[in-house]
Amino acid sequence: MAIRTEPFYLNIGPQHPSTHGVFRLRVMLDGEVVVGLEPIIGYLHRGIEKLAETRTYTQNIPFTDRLDYLSSMTNNLAYCMAVEKVGAIKVPERAEYLRIIFSEIMRISSHMMAVGFFLNDLGAMMTPVLYMWREREKIMDLFEMVCGQRLLYNYMRIGGVSQDLPEAFLPAVKKFLADMPRYIDEYDQLLAQNEILLARSKGVGILPRDMAIAIGASGPVLRASGVKWDIRKMDPYSIYDRFDFEVPTGDCGDCYDRYWVRMLEIRQSVRILEQAIAQIPQKGPVCADVPQFFRPPRGEAYGYVEAPKGNIGFYVVSDGSIAPYRVHIYPPTLINITALQDMVMGWKVADLIIIFGSIDVVLGEIDR
Amino acid sequence: MTVAINCEETGKKLQDAIAGSVISTGKTDILVDANKLQQVAGFLKNTAGLDFDYLTFVTAVDYLEYMEIVYRLVSLKNNRSLILKTRCYNREDPVIPSVVSLWRAAYYQEREIFDLFGIKFDGHPDMRRLLLWEGFVGHPLRRDYL
Repeated sequence: MAIRTEPFYLNIGPQHPSTHGVFRLRVMLDGEVVVGLEPIIGYLHRGIEKLAETRTYTQNIPFTDRLDYLSSMTNNLAYCMAVEKVGAIKVPERAEYLRIIFSEIMRISSHMMAVGFFLNDLGAMMTPVLYMWREREKIMDLFEMVCGQRLLYNYMRIGGVSQDLPEAFLPAVKKFLADMPRYIDEYDQLLAQNEILLARSKGVGILPRDMAIAIGASGPVLRASGVKWDIRKMDPYSIYDRFDFEVPTGDCGDCYDRYWVRMLEIRQSVRILEQAIAQIPQKGPVCADVPQFFRPPRGEAYGYVEAPKGNIGFYVVSDGSIAPYRVHIYPPTLINITALQDMVMGWKVADLIIIFGSIDVVLGEIDR
Repeated sequence: MTVAINCEETGKKLQDAIAGSVISTGKTDILVDANKLQQVAGFLKNTAGLDFDYLTFVTAVDYLEYMEIVYRLVSLKNNRSLILKTRCYNREDPVIPSVVSLWRAAYYQEREIFDLFGIKFDGHPDMRRLLLWEGFVGHPLRRDYL
């Protein structure tokens, strides 16, 4: 006699077990197999877009830190670039270099968190994360050195950055860059050919190329699906056209590719950093002359950068007053989870956790 | 460089293909009639030479007189970008055609606009609030909300 079965709903979250943030998944299961999924978001919604309309342009910079709080620098940068486009402000040379240096250090830090927690989701409880945190700690020290903060930096300003480097910074970052390749080799040695990692992530949660483009995915998620699209290369903002680096891509867009693309990108970031440190002008202003109550002319602009998690953008509309008329935040991770349902269909619950982990989401950005 | 496409030229092309679709063209943006949005979007996506296959953002701006919906399209093939705009004058029951069938990227973003601006997207498969809870009254990103 056949056993009667029926699908049932499982509620995962709002507190995700490995704390990517306050995210809730309503999963329909047939036994252990996922047959339906609905992400429910909004638990961290703070209405930043509305708040931004009542504050001056500069006062809005700290809000951007609190979007994707693992890559505050690139959020700062995207917002400042949007306002600079509206106000037609030219950023001094040295400030451009500082922006690139901190964006790339941020990318290394964010990717290490992504990979560490991806392995955590895989069941490698805390060990890979601690390895990754060993280096992230040094990155935090670098940031603390320059802006006194370890997580929410509020470092960029409209027209440049808030302060110049302390004397000890360049030697410290050089030492960090000299050590970094050795550490990446160590991670690769431990992880890249690890049998369990391969078995669990190869061919799991495939995001096909066409679907990646259709859902507007960006960042490592898009590149892992084989689309060679990196804004730093395709639309070089700031001074990215001066650096020599490659855009790694994956073959088929499975979880392993998303992990591997991130590891390769860390190496490329180290390359960019080495060049930037060698080229940075010795002296010079680090911020353009922008009044405290800055009033850009009427108009609108879209500033966007290649953040570690994808293409983050700010659409800023100015009405000529000291506060923006409208700020829209384009969040890469919200877009990247659009196809989550298709990616997890037919996989088991345990795979669902790693597929979700491999996208690398931060709920501060999804909910805004 | 992702160069903004020549809007005047593209506007003319659009006007020739779909009569009465273009209201005005700016330097980097084209303003189109909301009733023709679906056709315009299909034309931009599927015409050779334009190939706007990648939608980055969809958002709305409330100018009180009207609400403007802004789309930024990118052609990954040609490395071109375009900002497409349309306007909605009805504040009581605003409806705009959905573009989800063309670009799935709009799926969450249109829901978000419905949530925060109250603009309904006709043809969206699941038009519900996204960030705020069911039963929330009002649409907070409208300028007259607060």
